Amino acid sequence: MSEQEEGMATVEEQQEMEDKVISPEKAEEVKLKARYPNLGAKPGGSDFLRKRLQKGQKYFDSGDYNMAKAKMKNKQLPSAPTEKTEITGDHIPTPQDLPQRKTSIVASKLAV
Amino acid sequence: MAGPGGDMQWCFSQVKGAIDDDVAEADIISTVEFNHTGELLATGDKGGRVVIFQQEIENKSLPQFRSEYNVYSTFQSHEPEFDYLKSLEIEEKINKIRWLPQKNAAQFLLSTNDKTIKLWKISERDKRPDGYNLKEEDGRYRDPNTITALRVPVLIPMDLMVEASPRRVFANAHTYHINSVSVNSDNETYLSADDLRINLWNLEITDRSFNIVDIKPANMEELTEVITAAEFHPHQCNTFVYSSSKGTIRLCDMRISALCDKHSKLFEEPENPSNRSFFSEIISSISDVKFSHNGRYMMTRDYLSVKIWDLNMENRPVETYQVHEYLRSKLCSLYENDCIFDKFECCWNGDDSVVMTGSYNNFFRMFDRGHRRDTTLEASRENGKPLQVLRPRKVCTGGKRKKDEISVDSLDFNKKILHTAWHPQDNIIAVATTNNLYIFQDKVN
Repeated sequence: MSEQEEGMATVEEQQEMEDKVISPEKAEEVKLKARYPNLGAKPGGSDFLRKRLQKGQKYFDSGDYNMAKAKMKNKQLPSAPTEKTEITGDHIPTPQDLPQRKTSIVASKLAV
Repeated sequence: MAGPGGDMQWCFSQVKGAIDDDVAEADIISTVEFNHTGELLATGDKGGRVVIFQQEIENKSLPQFRSEYNVYSTFQSHEPEFDYLKSLEIEEKINKIRWLPQKNAAQFLLSTNDKTIKLWKISERDKRPDGYNLKEEDGRYRDPNTITALRVPVLIPMDLMVEASPRRVFANAHTYHINSVSVNSDNETYLSADDLRINLWNLEITDRSFNIVDIKPANMEELTEVITAAEFHPHQCNTFVYSSSKGTIRLCDMRISALCDKHSKLFEEPENPSNRSFFSEIISSISDVKFSHNGRYMMTRDYLSVKIWDLNMENRPVETYQVHEYLRSKLCSLYENDCIFDKFECCWNGDDSVVMTGSYNNFFRMFDRGHRRDTTLEASRENGKPLQVLRPRKVCTGGKRKKDEISVDSLDFNKKILHTAWHPQDNIIAVATTNNLYIFQDKVN
């Protein structure tokens, strides 16, 4: 390598080091990409927003539900998982799955 | 914050809520708001309940105590719902409470969850009628044949009863989740904002609402930003602002056109493109926007800072305050535990000289604009002795931790202060931790 090229390489290396030193944010980004290599190229955009807009969405088919309820009468279905999983078209809700509607109104502890 | 005699000092006054660490989801406080005189303080929680506290008349025998806030009224504002048509679960969590200015003996407030806004009337009853002709004391009807004389019922005093009744229900106007409501200075209308739309209502009319902002793209694949907060100008009834997830604020004038899709002003701080990272847009998302009381400025809160904007200058804020800059080198883990999406609010004091916002570890920050001073305080029961002065807290970022400092890695990110409120006239503040409400006052000499 000629002297000039050596000089330039050093400057580039220095710039990279400076970047890491100057920007803790970029260092964090590097860390994140290392843990999640599949993270999308333009992440700040639609993914978060769509997730935000879809909050509360639960999928339900009354036909599937009633058939599952009927099946339950004939045989014991494996007990539904207790944690609140995403109820999509794949998973047919059973009465155990559905969150219980609150019947009693409990007073706020701030009002004690 | 220099009052007469130098630096202001904050003292513990009261704390409301349960002491136990096991917090039920319903008890998570989701909004805190003083009314226009500061006499009433309302809180909303995830369980859809509203609790209103009232400032008691000053206790003359104990002059060092400013008046305390005691429970005035509590009611269930919203209930969980299921929208069968859209397969959507609707949370009962109260997103915002906004008081109406008082017009008569009763108090009115707007409370909203994700989909429905309700106007509640809170009224006092301290007299009851006595001496009916046709009814007994216990309410049973008397046999008319036994009545031989007539009397005029009189109103006799009774123990104060505070009643809350829903006077209006403003429903079915929002496809997306409501994040803000704001009462107009004209006292006749108010706005409600969801992720993509802002609607204008008349307080008297529930079956009709005007859409004034619609940022929904024709193709949802092209969605790049959402509305995060909106507020009417405190004096100009034609002006409102809304903030976005991209860190911009748009000011709109309703006189110009019925649909305010075109902003009158766009407030945006230019970003150095070489500083851009994966996190840039997320941390620039504005979680709260508040006009100053004098109507000349507005304040925005994004993940790491508070910015004060002069309404006459769109290209950059006039003041920027770092809330917890030390978190910039923790963004990776804050993204993983979702804390990076926490929505912190901010508030002004009565004369717009100090602003306040919350942080983690139950810390909250105050920035004195005039004296260029800032302080970090903690809401904790450890500092819960009456009139105990809060000592400033400090987070250390470097290697050497001084005694009394706390290192960034020791911060508890589950203890977040998202909601704070400042009394409109006095130096009394309400700070909400996850499930407790703290009231602090400045030290009275």
